[in-house]
Amino acid sequence: MLAVSDLKIHYRTLAGAVKALDGVSFSVADGEIMGLAGESGCGKSTLGKALIRLEERMQYVGGQVTLDDKVLPIADDKAMNPYRFSEVSIVPQYAMSALNPTRRIGRMIDELLEARGLKGATLRPELERRLAILGLTPDVLGMYPIELSGGMKQRVVMVLSTLLDPSLLIADEVTSALDVASQKKVAGALVEFRDRGYVKSMIVVTHDLAILAQVADSIMIMYAGKLAEKAPTRTIVDAPAHPYTRLLLGSLPEVGIRFEEKRLPGIKGRPPSLLSPPTGCRFRDRCPLAFDKCAEEPPFIEIAPDHQVACWKADTHAQG
Amino acid sequence: MLKVENVSKVFRSGAFGGKKKRVIHDVDFEVKPGEVVSLIGESGSGKTTVGRMILRLTSVSEGRITFDGEDVSALKGASLKGYYRRVQGVFQDPFSSFNPIFKVGRVFRTIRREFLSDLDQATWEERLTGALNAVGLEVAALDKFPHQMSGGQLQRLLIARALVLDIRLLVADEIISMLDASTRIDVLNLLGDLKRQGLSIIFVTHDLALGNYISDRIIILQKGVIVEMGATDRVFGDPQHPYTRSLLDAVPHLHERWSEEELKDLGLVADTARFGGHLIEHRENHLVRVYS
Repeated sequence: MLAVSDLKIHYRTLAGAVKALDGVSFSVADGEIMGLAGESGCGKSTLGKALIRLEERMQYVGGQVTLDDKVLPIADDKAMNPYRFSEVSIVPQYAMSALNPTRRIGRMIDELLEARGLKGATLRPELERRLAILGLTPDVLGMYPIELSGGMKQRVVMVLSTLLDPSLLIADEVTSALDVASQKKVAGALVEFRDRGYVKSMIVVTHDLAILAQVADSIMIMYAGKLAEKAPTRTIVDAPAHPYTRLLLGSLPEVGIRFEEKRLPGIKGRPPSLLSPPTGCRFRDRCPLAFDKCAEEPPFIEIAPDHQVACWKADTHAQG
Repeated sequence: MLKVENVSKVFRSGAFGGKKKRVIHDVDFEVKPGEVVSLIGESGSGKTTVGRMILRLTSVSEGRITFDGEDVSALKGASLKGYYRRVQGVFQDPFSSFNPIFKVGRVFRTIRREFLSDLDQATWEERLTGALNAVGLEVAALDKFPHQMSGGQLQRLLIARALVLDIRLLVADEIISMLDASTRIDVLNLLGDLKRQGLSIIFVTHDLALGNYISDRIIILQKGVIVEMGATDRVFGDPQHPYTRSLLDAVPHLHERWSEEELKDLGLVADTARFGGHLIEHRENHLVRVYS
């Protein structure tokens, strides 16, 4: 189980610190797939990366991350090393480019395992078995990345990332660059691996709420470096309480909705700059429900079991 | 207006161009004024290549493309310029269409120099303001650098750039795939408004929901072959070709969750491609490929 409390990560820039994660607390239970969604720049990818490796310009400011009762030393690059791959693993945004183009896939995987002090040969049968589960034949190990389609590469990287049965897997926009058919296969693969216990819990970072509605047990919505709402998937989709979640869902075209018949509204404006974020509710400027009280920052509180929202009006209209 | 007549595209590769690969097979369709036609397919289906042939960014190997009866491949010099006054494209990555060291207004100055140098300043400014207003931007936006604007704003600027030319056809190639859900819909609604004013649009996408939202007609491409085409409600409401059906089944819906079998079904959609056969009229305004 993963528990994150009051995590703060800033980016160092010439203009000052960009507060990409500004005090984020949540937990993911064993066997849970948590979806993490929001607009670009909301901090969702930063959160995913922070749990495994801080980039050079990312700065740990505060907070604690616990995985299976052990505190993850996320601020210490060296101390994190034993946890990476074996306890926490990631499928990066462009998994396609994570593969070395000059190596056959099998050899690349062997080299990678050797670097970790493991024998490629002993893990080979398991590797082939898992590839088969995702519909890939052992032949792919003898191929170069260029010979595989984007969806196949994505699945290869998934098998590789989870080979040591990590406790937590972060899947960062793994379906975004794929077309519908491959997207569905990768989505199915995520659920399959969780069901088989190869990964205990997962954070699926994406801007595609429709995919999350298919695979996630719970969905967490972020806005401008803060949490806006977290609830079981059905609640988020059918009865969202935060105005931002509602607008986000309302702007999704679905097969069956036509411009001629129903013009979908967008969300006016842009998210605020995180160099000097506004005080109070950060969604205030774009929110149709904003009132005086929104000048104070709304707490992220539970309005129903497992349903947390940061909005002053959430209570009233969740019931009404 | 635009007719794509039995067009094929053959790419050559290898040291002396000895290997041939046919990526578009006998594609045939028409776009009428004020019509939005979606070209839908997976990666490698040839949808982008069709768009690029219409924009003359790549040559046509067989067949021909005509605009108002004129063969597009034969255009040169002034007549080609005339064609680009009427037909323009906008592409997937808005950031790659702008030079990051110059302000965004530069693309408009280039357009004026190349195409509209005969306009006097007042008429030009009027036109520019009109085009910017049509996409919901202020003239002040021209004084910004690309990094100061969002992807959606840049994409709208590029549409405005096409609009100052009085275009009649816009080829929009995956123009919203890189945008956020919240800004996506703004750009889509803008295309819808422009269509109402008589602009024809070829909307290239792999996203069936977006194609469905905006288009009058849908063309489904599989490995360079049209497998099904017709009015949007017919193709999506009553899909006939197994490929169209499998694509529609793979679209995730918000309020309807796939069953466990559906989700874990690894049925390899793309491998069902079959060449040959011919398009027949299933019913009015709905063509389906059948194999005898």
